[in-house]
Amino acid sequence: MSRTRDRSSSVSAGSTLRDGFAVLGVAIRREPWIFTVSTLGSLLFGALTVADAWVLGWSTDHVVLPAFETGEVGWGGLVAVLALFLGVAILRAVGIVARRLGAGVMQYRMQAHYRRDVTRQYLRLPMSWHQKHPTGQLLSNANADVEAAWAPIAPLPMAVGTVAMMVIAVLQMLLTDLVMALVGLLVFPAVILANLVFQRLQSPLMTRAQALRAEVSEVAHESFDGAQVVKTLGREQEETERFARKAHQLRDTNIKAGHVRAFFDPALEALPNLGVLAVLAVGVQRVLHGQADPGDVVTIGYLLTIVAFPIRSLGWLLGEFPRSVVGFRRVSAVLAATGEMQYGAAAPERGRPGALLEVDDLAYRYDDGPPLLEGVTFDAEPGRTVAVVGATASGKSTLTSLLVRLVDPRDGAVRLDGTDLRALAPGALAAHVALVPQQAFLFDDTVRGNVALGADVPDEDVWAALRTAQADGFVAALPDGLDTRLGERGTSLSGGQRQRLSLARALVRRPRLLIMDDATSAVDPEVEARILAALRGTPGQEGSTVLVVAYRKATIALADQVVYLRDGRVADQGTHAELLDRSPGYAHLVNAYEVEHPDEQAEVSR
Amino acid sequence: MSTTLDTGEEIGAWQTIRRGIEFSPELREGIGGTFAFAVLSTLGRVVVPIAVQQTLDRGLGAAGEPDLSFMGWMATLAGAAILVTAVASYFMTARLFTAAERGLATLRIKAFRHVHDLPLLTQNTERRGALVSRVTSDVDQVSQFLIFGGLIAVVSVGQIAIATVVMLFYSWQLTLVVWICFLPLFLSLRYFQRKLSAAYGIVRQQVGVMLSAISEPVVGAATVRSYAIEDRTQERIDGAIDRYKQASTKAQGLTAFSFSLGGVSAGLANAGVLIFGVLLGVDGTITAGEVLAFAFLVTLFVGPVQMGTQVLTDAQNAIAGWRRVIGILDTPADVVDPGAAGEVLPKGAVAIRFEDVTFAYPGGRPVLHDVDLDIAPNTRVAVVGETGSGKTTLAKLLTRLMDPTSGVVRLDGVDLRTVPFSSLRDRVVMVPQEGFLFDSTLRANALYGKLDATDEDIVAAATELGLADWLDTLPRGLDTPVGQRGESLSAGERQLAALIRAHLADPDLLVLDEATSAVDPALEMRIGRALERLTRGRTSVTIAHRMSTAENADEVVVVDKGRIVQRGPHAALLVEGGVYGRLHASWIAQQSLL
Repeated sequence: MSRTRDRSSSVSAGSTLRDGFAVLGVAIRREPWIFTVSTLGSLLFGALTVADAWVLGWSTDHVVLPAFETGEVGWGGLVAVLALFLGVAILRAVGIVARRLGAGVMQYRMQAHYRRDVTRQYLRLPMSWHQKHPTGQLLSNANADVEAAWAPIAPLPMAVGTVAMMVIAVLQMLLTDLVMALVGLLVFPAVILANLVFQRLQSPLMTRAQALRAEVSEVAHESFDGAQVVKTLGREQEETERFARKAHQLRDTNIKAGHVRAFFDPALEALPNLGVLAVLAVGVQRVLHGQADPGDVVTIGYLLTIVAFPIRSLGWLLGEFPRSVVGFRRVSAVLAATGEMQYGAAAPERGRPGALLEVDDLAYRYDDGPPLLEGVTFDAEPGRTVAVVGATASGKSTLTSLLVRLVDPRDGAVRLDGTDLRALAPGALAAHVALVPQQAFLFDDTVRGNVALGADVPDEDVWAALRTAQADGFVAALPDGLDTRLGERGTSLSGGQRQRLSLARALVRRPRLLIMDDATSAVDPEVEARILAALRGTPGQEGSTVLVVAYRKATIALADQVVYLRDGRVADQGTHAELLDRSPGYAHLVNAYEVEHPDEQAEVSR
Repeated sequence: MSTTLDTGEEIGAWQTIRRGIEFSPELREGIGGTFAFAVLSTLGRVVVPIAVQQTLDRGLGAAGEPDLSFMGWMATLAGAAILVTAVASYFMTARLFTAAERGLATLRIKAFRHVHDLPLLTQNTERRGALVSRVTSDVDQVSQFLIFGGLIAVVSVGQIAIATVVMLFYSWQLTLVVWICFLPLFLSLRYFQRKLSAAYGIVRQQVGVMLSAISEPVVGAATVRSYAIEDRTQERIDGAIDRYKQASTKAQGLTAFSFSLGGVSAGLANAGVLIFGVLLGVDGTITAGEVLAFAFLVTLFVGPVQMGTQVLTDAQNAIAGWRRVIGILDTPADVVDPGAAGEVLPKGAVAIRFEDVTFAYPGGRPVLHDVDLDIAPNTRVAVVGETGSGKTTLAKLLTRLMDPTSGVVRLDGVDLRTVPFSSLRDRVVMVPQEGFLFDSTLRANALYGKLDATDEDIVAAATELGLADWLDTLPRGLDTPVGQRGESLSAGERQLAALIRAHLADPDLLVLDEATSAVDPALEMRIGRALERLTRGRTSVTIAHRMSTAENADEVVVVDKGRIVQRGPHAALLVEGGVYGRLHASWIAQQSLL
């Protein structure tokens, strides 16, 4: 539903208006006290703006004019003037602070509430949900959309104050002189109409500018990402032209929007002044005919100028509505998503060092996609090393994500020491099994934090894991050793270094089943050999069970047993030698390079 | 050459603006006219309320009958002023928008172009996000400020000046009183600016921390789940969200407080005018009417002061953004293009010579020491060595991604630094480790190698590399979209596309940084074959990670700890032993495990 409604929202202003107020309603119900404080601040500010004029009038009548008439300075009166003006000014300042700070706090709190809720949801929803949503979209749900949803809170208290002021001013005008009031009040619909036309003309341009800004950013991102290609092929000029095209489109859109604004801003400013002149014209006639006092004309003119400008704050509020409604809808869709993973209560003891892994008739596919795995059955005996081998897209990575229960199978089961993974309590699986994924993910944390991940691990153990992963050398060379910050704002590591850290992270937990999904691909073969040798540990002593997705022969050769996957099925399993012998597909796959190679050499020498 | 970004911290606000205008000359275009319109609209803004007030007070409030003819004149004046203000405002705003957007588009493009010359881009991949924001959000911030803030600032200052002149016309003593009442505000502005800029600096920093924390459960979804660290991750996110909220609240509080000060000054000024007006009036220096008129003038003064001080807060941020963009442009390029003054290398087989080449990153230890190396035309050279031995540095020097700290790299006897980029890139092409592709079609990516290549050229290139059948397997052929960074294709296919691109470029010297990541053996074989054909009839230098590459090379160069320790054909080196013997033995050991 969201997609079709998103589009219609820009068309039907009525429903946006209703939905916009509904979103604000959510905020007000969630933070009623802060809303009250900021609104009272706004009302105080409005009331004191009017009071300012009253203080001026009072001072004139009671202090200034008498002093001029009598030619004597009444010190008490002067002190009263100072006290009144300062008092009003200070109270007004209090009103401003309450309004602005209140609006800010309310906005930040709502953002924080929803960011928390959204990220909780991200952590709770299953991997299968994540796979269906692009990363960029999820990040903008938690950030830009949350921000957009609560953007109208900033102008809200001012708008509420304005409405209150308007009501009072309009009543006062009507009570003062009906005819002049009605003439003056024509300004209001005129201002609102001008605002609406302005928004209507402006908002498509703003949307376009926003989209172009994103495109400019995308071109820059991509171009900088591919800097080496650009540079070594000498394509800087072409890239600059590509960027310039987008930058110029953005410039032209902004200029167009600027012209619209240039027209409406002065018009909106002129309307109240024209209104005052109109009141004046009518007012003079009425004064001449004795239907009104000159003071009435002054009062209505004054009220008109006070109220006309803040009407625009209503425009600011309504202007935020379309973005807010869309943002809130997207965020709500995340919050409404269901499909939490169900857990059992089993929490098995650690037992022997290696776990028994049983994969039983496993099948998996995405919602309505083709089967990715079907009837996969094999066992990994405790302490043994199993290599999973297969061509691209044969289902190897899908298999590893089932083994650590990132997703649940469509059919069949994965059992750890005889217990179905689905019967395990939350966290129980992670206590026994560790996955080292293909793409190492590092947290914005120190080296220690990235390896220990909050577990209470002494530094010696961290170093031991780093040693096994062949990562101790470069970590020791980092400026702050284990305390070096990694991630976006920290030290940058190479792909191989990241993979080795990710491996150490798994090893430090002494997992009973270690699953490596092509986890050493970015590591030099020599370093990889050392890692694998270290993993095998000391002979005669049972180590962890290891399942490794492998391309390199050296890796495969270390396995006690090979599972050969083809098109999501186990095509064969046994030792490397057995498979080479009896399975031509397997032999072709792993020997492809060697077999073809002599021909190449022959070609070279020709 | 520097690996850090010039942040331009040292230059002050005025200098930033001056230099910024130098980079964007459009900002100055027609500034005289824009200023004239600004003066007109400012004058109007002062005249309108005065005229309206005069009509009401003097005309309507005149003793006895309203003074109709005076009112008529005043109302006409007011109407004319309203019209002039509106028209002048339109032209001022429109011209300002046009100039600012034009100027900043130029700045944006200049900065983008310059980023491509920065060493940072190729050496520190994790800082790329920061570079992107220089040409996007930082420029946007300046543009927002110039248009809205700049407008308000100019008009406000103008209004303050005009209001002061009009006030002086009534009474210099009371004008002085008004200025004295506002003096504390003006004096405290700098202090608040500094506080605000510090507070917003913290906000920006916390935004970064929060965004990175929020990305963890998304980008690291698999890791978080497989280690069951959901609670820890949530705690870290909650912490970051809280710290951002606190920082924002603090900054907002400060903004609100500093904004409210203007109102207090205004109250003080109003009281001051009445009090001193009475005191002066008793002396007979001023009439009651003048005092009241003056009280009205104060409101004309207060409005722009409030608006203007508000703008100064934004100015702080915008100038910081401007400074960052200028910082990019001030960061020297690592390698300088000699341009037309350089020596063009004629097409043809290339000989390479390293003379006493030493390279060290700024502040680091040398990565290469006194390297001397001669490579004859049309030889295939494999460079081998352990990780960190300096072999990639060798490749970067050869393609002039960097210049040596000392010594010379020559192609056909010509110092690389004197070869214009256009000629160099024509003759020397590097194929980086991971075949990076642009988010477009396969065709568009191939065209990066040769801009005017036809489809036939591309297919011919693929055929020559033995990849025609691979192209045939793609359902949409050359129209196949490759996705972001080429990720719709597999790692191996990306490399194939990169090889076709390199072949179209038809260089005389090919520098290959072999990919370490393993791909499908079948694809691996295909890549090997394509590489073999690509290097045929060219000088090629391959940074080898596989010993098989070394075995097939005409010559092997062994790098160890920044020095060339061995060179010669594979067979000879094998007999020699040494570092190569060790590297080879360990490779054989892995193979023999089979």
